[in-house]
Amino acid sequence: MERGKRTVTEMAVVGVIASAIGIAAALLINWFPASASKQAGPIDQLWDVLLIVSVPVFVLVTVIVLYSVKLFRVRPGQELMDGPPVHGNTRLEVIWTTIPALIIASLVVYAYLVLHDIEKAPAAANAEMHVKVTGRQFTWYFEYEDTKVAGKPIRSAQLYVPEGKSVKFDVVSEDVLHDFWVPNWRMKIDAVPGITTHYRVTPDKVGSYPVVCAELCGLGHAFMRQTANVLPQAEFDAWLTKQQQAAQKAATS
Amino acid sequence: MPQVLRSPGLGRGGVYTLLGIAFSFGLSVLTRWLYHYDDVIDGDSVTRIAMLAAPLFFLVGLGAFSYWFYWASGKPTLPEDHSAHGAKSWKDYFRINTDHKVIGIQYTVHSFVFLFIGGLMAMLMRAELAAPGRQFVDANTFNGLFSVHASLLIFLFIIPVFAGLANFVIPLMIGAPDMAFPRLNALSFWMLPCAGVLMLASFFAPGGSFASGWTAYAPLSTSAPLGQDMFTIGVQFAGASSIATALNFLVTIITMRAPGMSFFRMPLLVWANFSTSLLVVIATPFIAASQFFVLLDRALHFRFFDASLGGDVLMYQHVFWFYSHPAVYIMMLPGFGIVSEVLAARARKPIFGYRMMAFSLLAIVALGFTVWAHHMFVSGMQTWIRVPMMVTTAIIAVPTGIKIFSWLATLWRGVIHLDTPMLFALGFLTMFTLGGISGVILAMIPIDIHVSDTYFIVAHIHYVLFGGSLFTIFAGVYYWFPKMTGRMYDEKLGRAHFWMTFIFFNLTFAPMHLIGVQGMPRRVADYSEQFAGWNLMISISSWVLGLATLIFLYNMVASWRGGPRASSNPWRSLTIEWQVSSPPPVFNFDSLPTVVGGPYEYGVPGAVHAVFKDSETPAVVATAGATPAGGGDH
Repeated sequence: MERGKRTVTEMAVVGVIASAIGIAAALLINWFPASASKQAGPIDQLWDVLLIVSVPVFVLVTVIVLYSVKLFRVRPGQELMDGPPVHGNTRLEVIWTTIPALIIASLVVYAYLVLHDIEKAPAAANAEMHVKVTGRQFTWYFEYEDTKVAGKPIRSAQLYVPEGKSVKFDVVSEDVLHDFWVPNWRMKIDAVPGITTHYRVTPDKVGSYPVVCAELCGLGHAFMRQTANVLPQAEFDAWLTKQQQAAQKAATS
Repeated sequence: MPQVLRSPGLGRGGVYTLLGIAFSFGLSVLTRWLYHYDDVIDGDSVTRIAMLAAPLFFLVGLGAFSYWFYWASGKPTLPEDHSAHGAKSWKDYFRINTDHKVIGIQYTVHSFVFLFIGGLMAMLMRAELAAPGRQFVDANTFNGLFSVHASLLIFLFIIPVFAGLANFVIPLMIGAPDMAFPRLNALSFWMLPCAGVLMLASFFAPGGSFASGWTAYAPLSTSAPLGQDMFTIGVQFAGASSIATALNFLVTIITMRAPGMSFFRMPLLVWANFSTSLLVVIATPFIAASQFFVLLDRALHFRFFDASLGGDVLMYQHVFWFYSHPAVYIMMLPGFGIVSEVLAARARKPIFGYRMMAFSLLAIVALGFTVWAHHMFVSGMQTWIRVPMMVTTAIIAVPTGIKIFSWLATLWRGVIHLDTPMLFALGFLTMFTLGGISGVILAMIPIDIHVSDTYFIVAHIHYVLFGGSLFTIFAGVYYWFPKMTGRMYDEKLGRAHFWMTFIFFNLTFAPMHLIGVQGMPRRVADYSEQFAGWNLMISISSWVLGLATLIFLYNMVASWRGGPRASSNPWRSLTIEWQVSSPPPVFNFDSLPTVVGGPYEYGVPGAVHAVFKDSETPAVVATAGATPAGGGDH
């Protein structure tokens, strides 16, 4: 019995050390592409929490498997022996039902709060910009619904958005399913024929980021890439004005 | 006409296949002529009808329906003289056979053929993905490769190989002379090659093979070239096979248990297949429906999924996942059963918490039907349904956790024999835990939004279906190999197979988690430069992983042909299949067993699971603690 207790203590120590190393390693890995939206923060943080919870679970299972093999592997002379006829232990079974349930429950609540946070609309409705995103085999185009010339929204082949302002994307498809994804923003949604889907992000870092189609859409799926350009507000306004003038010129000529 | 083309068999099956094609041609031309089409001959139309008709004609020619035709037409049915039972030469595996043991081997070997074909496709894909840019295949072929790879491995490997192992083992385990419906059993098997040939033949279709993924999302699938129909119709045959087998298992398990075999004396493999069969009979009709919708859209211009004409694109995904999520459990629960058998017998201990193990299977069956929309968090469906689906998905971790912990407790203080089945069972325990963990991570909606449709999903599904299902399949094949063939496999080669598979499985699939989160989408023939290093490493590892399967293949073939004779019970197991000779007699039992106790009473002095009336002493006596058992070890 004394020896058994010592073994369990040893396993616990090994488990804690392995978990600590595992968590440290998992957190040091550079998992995500550079964050470029307000939404990315809470998502990346949720990821870290999930890693911290996951590593000990895996370590627990692995340590028990390895120690079982080490301690109870058949020794010479034991070839025809059996283990003790233990059929169960209600207390243990209650423990390993309840604890995972509690962990799961708290993760679910936390994930719900993050979801609520990242999908929240800005307090003032006019603080938000609308961009219509259209997918078709095998390209995207973007329309600025708030800026119309002759009743038509400004249209662009590349995506330009201002820094620091909430943007609501209305996503549609002209043919098959596509998926509008900017990995640096962390958000994605399918473009579905027949309906309009939405998500919002607040880009918070100036730069150019890939727009990726994430839903298999046929031959050119792998090459359905464009660029999302996040500009400082002033530069964005200048870009928009230029587009407006070009559109006006096209409309009048 | 020579006899071989007139009597039931593959020869006549071939002739009838040609008849089926001729029939399809006639039907198509006649219909088009009646509807005043300009061109009465249309290749696509003929081919589509032939895809449905030719396999049915083939099955008739093969003799799968002979008995029922005789009966329905009032002719005297062939007296069941049992001459079709057993297999005397390899040729007997290539005809209709109603012996569950023959069918079990047919199923298993047939499935492994498709594992090798599907695996080769994976290695070809990895060759293309070894570096950015185009290497060997164009985008259309690449899309076809991953679509056919997944379809074959799901519908023609994992699901049927479990059905095959269970076919062989379950009647023996519950003390039944055969399955409840032997002729239906034979028909179920022979529908599979029809599905497999259809899916493979799609590579020869104009426009290439089906290339919209195994998920075949509309409207990509409804607008794809002819090859798509070979998936759509192939799935119908595979699905019908699955449903018929599941009904067969349910009836067999419910009505044909030996005296004394109460539900709570059934081995957990029987429980697992009982649960799986429940899932199959309820869920599989949904994928059949989803594919019929697609077929009707494609062939007859229905408008189920044409949004411009009032169709509903999202409906496809709901119907599809209502099957395809439970399908994940269809592909995992039988593996849980195998692991329970192997762990109890090779750790020499009763399964810890047997009843909870059975109940958790049923809990997974019930919960499995409440989570399908977690595949659709970014699909654009109504947003409120996401949170309830996240909760139910995460809850499945609880019954699954119960199973993992109970297996660990079974190991603890056992007498562990670390042979090949056990190694694969332990490999499963650790790797499936990882797959389960990434499953919980994926259930969290904010994370799923970022990683869905990325390589993270590819990693997760392979940890579940390779590290999970395939490891249990290997464990099961090694474990029952002596019973199925009467020969022993080579233990050294088995261990080499395990270690090579285990190591290179991880090197192949673990990095996919990372590149997925970093932003590499799945199902792409090309990728951005930043992922080049990891992809090269993944490709090289995957080829070594493929090579590891050759060790397995050699071991199986060589051992079956010339391995040492196996004793009736090399593992000293208590379950009934090990109490008969290896391979078992044609009708399984010379005298029917009576079950007198639980299936895993290892360590209980003098405990037996079943006794045979005629034999005075049971074949194996389990013994406790330090006293050696009375023999039976090889």
